[in-house]
Amino acid sequence: MNRFEISLAPLAYYWSKSATLEFYAEASQWPVDIIYLGEVVCGRRHNLRLEDWLGLAADLHATGKQVVLSTQTLIDSESDRRGMRRLIERALASGFLVEANDLSAVRALSGQKFVAGPHLNVYHAATHDWLAGLGACRFIPPVELAADDLAALLKTRSRSIQTELQVWGRMALAFSARCFTARHHRLRKDDCEFRCEAHAEGLLLSSREGQPFLNLNGIQTQSAGCLDLGRQLPQLAELGVTILRLQPQSQGMVQIVSIFDEARRSGAPAAVPSHLFPPGASRSNGYWFGEAGMRWQGECP
Amino acid sequence: MTPLALAVMKSAQSSQFPIPQLVAPAGSLLALKTAIDKGADAVYLGLRNATNARNFGGLNFSEDEIAQGVAYARSRGREVLFAINTYPQAARAQEWRAAVDAAVRLGASAIILADPGLMAYARQRYPDVRLHLSVQGSATTVDAIELMREQFGIRRAVLPRVLTLAEIEKIVKQTEVEIEVFGFGSLCVMAEGRCLLSSYATGDSPNNRGVCSPAHAVRWDEREGTLQARLGGVMIDAYGPGEPAAYPTLCKGRFEVEGEIDYVLEEPTSLNAISLLPRLQAMGIAAIKIEGRQRSPNYVGQVVATLRAALDAANRDPSRYQPRQEWQVMLSRHAEGAQVTQGAFERPWR
Repeated sequence: MNRFEISLAPLAYYWSKSATLEFYAEASQWPVDIIYLGEVVCGRRHNLRLEDWLGLAADLHATGKQVVLSTQTLIDSESDRRGMRRLIERALASGFLVEANDLSAVRALSGQKFVAGPHLNVYHAATHDWLAGLGACRFIPPVELAADDLAALLKTRSRSIQTELQVWGRMALAFSARCFTARHHRLRKDDCEFRCEAHAEGLLLSSREGQPFLNLNGIQTQSAGCLDLGRQLPQLAELGVTILRLQPQSQGMVQIVSIFDEARRSGAPAAVPSHLFPPGASRSNGYWFGEAGMRWQGECP
Repeated sequence: MTPLALAVMKSAQSSQFPIPQLVAPAGSLLALKTAIDKGADAVYLGLRNATNARNFGGLNFSEDEIAQGVAYARSRGREVLFAINTYPQAARAQEWRAAVDAAVRLGASAIILADPGLMAYARQRYPDVRLHLSVQGSATTVDAIELMREQFGIRRAVLPRVLTLAEIEKIVKQTEVEIEVFGFGSLCVMAEGRCLLSSYATGDSPNNRGVCSPAHAVRWDEREGTLQARLGGVMIDAYGPGEPAAYPTLCKGRFEVEGEIDYVLEEPTSLNAISLLPRLQAMGIAAIKIEGRQRSPNYVGQVVATLRAALDAANRDPSRYQPRQEWQVMLSRHAEGAQVTQGAFERPWR
């Protein structure tokens, strides 16, 4: 069995500058190999400016982490587009890898080494190979890809680049021009009072009979369920996945990282106990089995 | 100025950009013929399988029906656009390549694709085929569109319904790729090609199966006088006696957040850009698309006829153009939830 690397996905929530910096200061001490940085959800969020992210990137790099800067996922204005290009320019100038999260970033990065992010819709080998030809050195499949499809993709691809898979955390399911956090607070998007900052783990959305279902995070909609592929680690190793991607959350992250770290050392499955799940979250792994993503197959550890 | 000179000048003004092509949905041969008879310049359609984003039971075309449709359209000088706009699934990618082969063989005027890997196949195999980038391709910027042009020579891109008119205009000015926008129909509140809500609840999404909130996952429960609409077991909405019930499209349900029950994501409304037609033409939009391959031939006929009349009126005299009352009444009749919005074009929520 290979020894996985562990990565921290870009922070999806909007935390205060001090909370964000503190989180990453702690993360620099954790057994993670790769840290993705940057604002990937909303162009209005500015507690950390580009300079701050670059400074943080340099600090984390100095502690021995591989740092990757991630681009915004939905770019729907000229100003967001300029922001994306600036981030890429500065990141490349400082020698950092960039994770492309939409096709405009792919264009700006083509010919360079880059990471093909989880929102580029890489469902089959030809798209994988196309991105590899443009310079992608690593890709992250969409969360809805089932094990059988990932296996088929990896088997039929003609170029071999690193495969990174989200194995933990709430899943990013959708992006919109509208802001649902602002809508919930009866505010306009352009005058949102940055309410996301008050919801460190997003806003839980439940059905009318109280079943947690989704999680609102500004213009992003996440799953309420928490993806947990800890039990599948041996299978992932066999398939050729080399990087385990964990989604940052405000509580319990250090324990979660330790559990996955221990698992990769021992070659055993990772079993995260229920109290470490984000608030209101149950376990999900349905996508992996080609079922509804919210479902869970197997026993709870 | 003589009346003739005035007329010439006016016509020069209004014809600065040609009248946008009216692109109509066809879920059946009858809908295709109706659309063409009522004045559509092009119809878009797909095969009866997961290679297109309206993979619903009883809908879409066999190859033989497409051949008939192409003949019908061609003999009247119209076009058939062939949608293969889902993402090829790794273990069955051959089905998508076969659909591209079929589109070329059957004489489609263009193929509408979302996936770059499939674009690469189409371009390599058929160097002259005309390629359009589907709305499912999620190209929201000029960079994304230009990448697809540089790589695959796309001739047209359909924009996701997340952009304002001002942003669309900036894109049109910076690319030679023709731009197509939605003018009427059901609204996706999420950026197309980037929404997995449906598969989260049911396993099937627009990207992987060409469906959203599929009928096989819907269940209606009647309990103590309330009608509950469920998708994948999750209650999407509940209706009291006499309350009109809607199909449980996931993002249009009523949910609870912090103790409040509301349409948290989107109210059931339809896009209606009929008031904006002169502006869309003036900024150089190449085509206006009607959503709704899953709708009836009756819907297609009435919406096409209405938009045909409106586009022609806007082209004749853009400065004095006003949507007619009867057009709005007709479109409202076909709108979901009988409400209409100009959606992202004007961003009332901004």
